[in-house]
Amino acid sequence: MTLIDTRTPDAKRLIPGATGDWEIIIGLEVHAQVISEAKLFSGASTAFGAAPNANVSLVDAAMPGMLPVINEECVKQAIRTGLGLKAQINHKSVFDRKNYFYPDLPQGYQISQFKQPIVGEGTVIVSVGPDRQGEFEDIEVGIERLHLEQDAGKSMHDQHPTMSYVDLNRSGVALMEIVSKPDLRSGDEAKAYVTKLRTIMRYLGTCDGNMDEGSLRADVNVSVRRPGGEFGTRCEIKNMNSIRFIGQAIDFEARRQIAIIEDGGKIDQETRLYDAVKGETRSMRSKEEAHDYRYFPDPDLLPLEFDQAYVDALAKELPELPDDKKARLISSLGLSTYDASILVSEKSVADYFEKVAAGRDGKLAANWVINDLLGQLNKVGKDIENAPVSPDQLGAVIDLIKDGTISGKIAKDLFEIVWNEGGDPRALVESRGMKQVTDTGAIEKAVDDVIAANPDKVEQARAKPTMAGWFVGQVMKATGGKANPQAVNDLVKAKLGIE
Amino acid sequence: MSVDLQTVKRVARLARIAVSEEDAERMTGELNAILGFVEQLNEVDVSGVEPMTSVTPMEMKKRQDVVTDGSKAADIVANAPATEENFFLVPKVVE
Repeated sequence: MTLIDTRTPDAKRLIPGATGDWEIIIGLEVHAQVISEAKLFSGASTAFGAAPNANVSLVDAAMPGMLPVINEECVKQAIRTGLGLKAQINHKSVFDRKNYFYPDLPQGYQISQFKQPIVGEGTVIVSVGPDRQGEFEDIEVGIERLHLEQDAGKSMHDQHPTMSYVDLNRSGVALMEIVSKPDLRSGDEAKAYVTKLRTIMRYLGTCDGNMDEGSLRADVNVSVRRPGGEFGTRCEIKNMNSIRFIGQAIDFEARRQIAIIEDGGKIDQETRLYDAVKGETRSMRSKEEAHDYRYFPDPDLLPLEFDQAYVDALAKELPELPDDKKARLISSLGLSTYDASILVSEKSVADYFEKVAAGRDGKLAANWVINDLLGQLNKVGKDIENAPVSPDQLGAVIDLIKDGTISGKIAKDLFEIVWNEGGDPRALVESRGMKQVTDTGAIEKAVDDVIAANPDKVEQARAKPTMAGWFVGQVMKATGGKANPQAVNDLVKAKLGIE
Repeated sequence: MSVDLQTVKRVARLARIAVSEEDAERMTGELNAILGFVEQLNEVDVSGVEPMTSVTPMEMKKRQDVVTDGSKAADIVANAPATEENFFLVPKVVE
């Protein structure tokens, strides 16, 4: 592939070295496990966490005479993902054998796609940020290709002094390898890109993005160069399964390469591993021949062909994607870009928000979901799926504010009660006497009491009208926060005779 | 295109096939004879001709996304030289 530079060097992304500034060039290969019941070429289950070799058919174990038959759902998932990446869908693609020798690869080759992948070039818009000013910056990342391939089995090396244990449950599970163009320029951009890919696939339901279970892994290609200069030699950091570590590994690797070049050395193209404990990358010292894959078309499989009608039918069923949802939240609900970006970043958050916002004030709903719900979830380390307050309950709290039953301040208390104890917000307001006092008589009495008790403050306030705020505060305190703040404010000013 | 002894040995090693020095020399000759035939085939002008993938036009056979296989771990490892709790055991491989 010819490398094309799509971006202009930007001073804020450069990193300083001893001899001047450097630019980091990053490209990623993301391996995303396809959501399917059965494997790519066999009828064995893809379920995670089964007993050793329980989800293995004779095809996955590469017994002689076994033939692969493709799972059509995996093909559809790859097309859906390609559509989500605004990519070209190739009506004809070919499966090839990628030959290498390893105990967790019983066939001795991985069925993959080499020259003719199912999905070609596409584009992903990635929001990087927020920065210190709370701003997001959109960058465009090119997709080189997406192809379907088999996953390998799993080896365990720590069970026995001289033997490795091999479990083939994962062998033959469908993966989508998504290759980006070298369009990323910092660890933060790479993290935002992987996050965005994961979000898109979760919206589409094509990959669960669960990095702990290995459903999403990335190989990261890093090189450095003088800003806008020739591309440098790259190193590939293999098998990253945490977004945070991807950022750390890139930062370390870039500094390592800069140090070598500035010392007059040169970078060897090699494969490296990131050690999260030491926070460094190190050479895998793989033999060079490991990369001599001797690809050739798999004679067991015909080319994969379908027509545009097949693609159109899948396109019609596609759910709303994060970028479209974000645009809709901004244009139809009037949300800020910042709020909309946060709400669409996880499908589960967006779903929750849309339930709360249905038939209500979108901005108010966004404030409550982002500041109160997400803030609280973040504090206690819970996912939105396990939120103690349901969208209906939060919606009811917002309705109570809107119809003037409770003040915004009391609503915070009510939210906390619902969070801790559950229950119907409307009933709670009744049973705990949290209703806002709008009865002017009662408020008037409270205002009179405060004025009577503080003659000196009254004098001060007449001289300095901003002192009125102190009276409002005292009245609010006296009424347990239940008085309507606007009514109190008006009454205080009237009684003190200030404007 | 032709191959030398070195290439033959490397290809054998990549495929994990034990080939003796003597055999490797003989095979170099054999492989070059085959490559000679291929060279002859390469003289035919096939520009604009779709590669043939099957003799009669066929569509790729596909399966439904249904679990129909598995749950036979004991069968899977039955022929393995060493196993434990249905894991395959192989001489330690650590990168």
